[in-house]
Amino acid sequence: MSSREQILKKIKGSLRKTQTVHTSDEQRNQAVLARINQHPRGIIPARTSLSRQDLLYHFCEKVKASEASCKIVESYEKAGIEIQKFLRQHNLPQLVRIGTDQRLNKLGWENEPPQLLIGPSDGQDLVCVSHAQYGVSETGTLVMTSGPENPTTLNFLPETHIILLNKKNLQESYEDSWAALRQRYGKEKLPRTVNMITGPSRSADIEQTLILGAHGPLRLHVIVIDGK
Amino acid sequence: MKVSSSNFKSNARQALDDKQLQSALNHVRNNFISKRSKARLDLPEFDALRDNARAIKDHTLEHLDFYLEHYERKVVESGGKVHWAADAVEARGIIMDICRKTNAKTVTKGKSMISEEISLNEFLAANSIIPVETDLGEYIIQLRGENPSHIIAPAVHLNIDQVRDEFRKAHTHLSPNRPMNEPETLLGEAREILRGKFLTAELGITGANFLVAETGSSLIVTNEGNGDLTQILPRVHVVLASIDKIVPTLEDLAQITRVLARSATGQEITVYSTLSTGPRRKEDEDGPEEYHVVLLDNGRSSMLGTEFSEMLRCIRCGACMNHCPVYQAVGGHAYGWVYPGPMGAVLTPSLIGVDKAGHLPNASTFCGRCEAVCPMRIPLPKMMRSWREREFEQHLVPPAHRKNLALWAWLAKHRRLYRLTTGLAARILAIRGGLSKRINKLPMAEGWTKHRILPAPEGATFMKLYRRRLRKGR
Repeated sequence: MSSREQILKKIKGSLRKTQTVHTSDEQRNQAVLARINQHPRGIIPARTSLSRQDLLYHFCEKVKASEASCKIVESYEKAGIEIQKFLRQHNLPQLVRIGTDQRLNKLGWENEPPQLLIGPSDGQDLVCVSHAQYGVSETGTLVMTSGPENPTTLNFLPETHIILLNKKNLQESYEDSWAALRQRYGKEKLPRTVNMITGPSRSADIEQTLILGAHGPLRLHVIVIDGK
Repeated sequence: MKVSSSNFKSNARQALDDKQLQSALNHVRNNFISKRSKARLDLPEFDALRDNARAIKDHTLEHLDFYLEHYERKVVESGGKVHWAADAVEARGIIMDICRKTNAKTVTKGKSMISEEISLNEFLAANSIIPVETDLGEYIIQLRGENPSHIIAPAVHLNIDQVRDEFRKAHTHLSPNRPMNEPETLLGEAREILRGKFLTAELGITGANFLVAETGSSLIVTNEGNGDLTQILPRVHVVLASIDKIVPTLEDLAQITRVLARSATGQEITVYSTLSTGPRRKEDEDGPEEYHVVLLDNGRSSMLGTEFSEMLRCIRCGACMNHCPVYQAVGGHAYGWVYPGPMGAVLTPSLIGVDKAGHLPNASTFCGRCEAVCPMRIPLPKMMRSWREREFEQHLVPPAHRKNLALWAWLAKHRRLYRLTTGLAARILAIRGGLSKRINKLPMAEGWTKHRILPAPEGATFMKLYRRRLRKGR
């Protein structure tokens, strides 16, 4: 018997011992399929039962609480200018790694546009810009999905990460993101990587002292596009 | 990993005398508890979420076979492979096989307690493969040749001076006179060195905090981002996870992760929570080309359906050890195997045998804080008591101990004699207590009074008071 069969058999045997009411394997299998099919929601914290605008403010507060910075702009044109401003403020080169996300074509630049490097990161980049799929107001979390539009390496290798979020994609809870992901990728399916990011990387492994910039980015700037 | 749980008593004594360790343990005593407590207050739904998390895990365990099968189906559909391993030997063999096929020389690793459980690093090194721990704490203790002393803060037993010494010894390509005073500098140094490893490793091994049956995904939570670099940069990603990590759906995952980080570090959510599903897709330009899951049993299926079944709800947050007066006093290494603290005291005898780990469930004051803070509401004290009973039944308790207990049991069953003896003892102790009413040294119990003062009994015995009250009542 293979280990697979052995383990499954042992589990079945152990479970049978404890059953107070007899449930057949068929009934148990149906219960599993039903739960996966219905994926019932549990408790969702009431903190995000807010108006659309307050949901955005709550999101920004939470982003800031995670040691990242947050800026709301009116359009993609303005978002580009905000990126340039951020780079200048932090003494960073106007050289930016990005993916092929169409929405990034709408970025507007002031004077000389920054030089854009397209594709995944090889670990040499200082700055990158990517577009979040969703934002979760509950904890100021950005939901990033893999693909050439926003390669996963961008989320971890460059020292400074700038993430754009369209306010239309701002959600109350993680559960709202799951619903949206299901709609986009199909039932019981996900893209290769879903990164939920809340703040820049950090470690507290030396004497429990919190230090930003462990293996991932040292700096995270979130720009929300709030098109009126 | 070598088991030294049977030396708990001497390990603990050593730990108590270790000044450096005692100062490092202050971080556990001070930090974790207040942070968790604040996180709990900030979320009014916290306790209701705990109930829900518990119910989800109970349901999952009752249907574990079918959830595992569904999970496996989804992994295969997304292009990944699932390898079932009954025990440590089999799991190591599977991983070695993948390493060989990958022609891997360097393997980066995300933090995984299961990897400690199967002594993977020693095994890989013995087979000429270099394992590189990438979590900062794990990296430090790997340099020192130590094991983690805490399940979420592996280097919590060290202070900065020890880290500095270790880095100076290991990173010989850097100037010995470089400034290394600040923790930031040390972190920067580790980041620089590990960045090189991330980019060259052929294979990355991570654990999994959860496996989602619905989508066939593994979830890891980290703050450093090391787990992510481990799983996206090498050509092959291997997930090493035990069978109890399954949750049914993404919704269930969200319920449980809401209590995980809050209970662990007091964060609302860790910086990174990453779902990985299969290898890179054809349109992807990064990510691993192969995705393997090694599903390890190692004794867990035998725990199902026993009084220790509830232990399989554990999500490894570490809250029980952070709040444990015994852990706070002796640290994690004294426990002598992979899992320390109350969860270790229950899990270790289940996995390696009560004959080897019987001291651990005995090392408890039964204060109950572990159960009170457990996000999954695992009745840890009750299970430690069950282990004590089993230890006794299996004649693992020393003969003198057994004899005394037998004598006590006999006495307790003869009530007249019992009352006479205890009444007499109370009077003698009262006299011994003298005017101060305190006993500093008690014959036959010197071990107990060595560190404590026994208050002398005062007034009448319980039975006398009880009778008096009954009479008055009438």
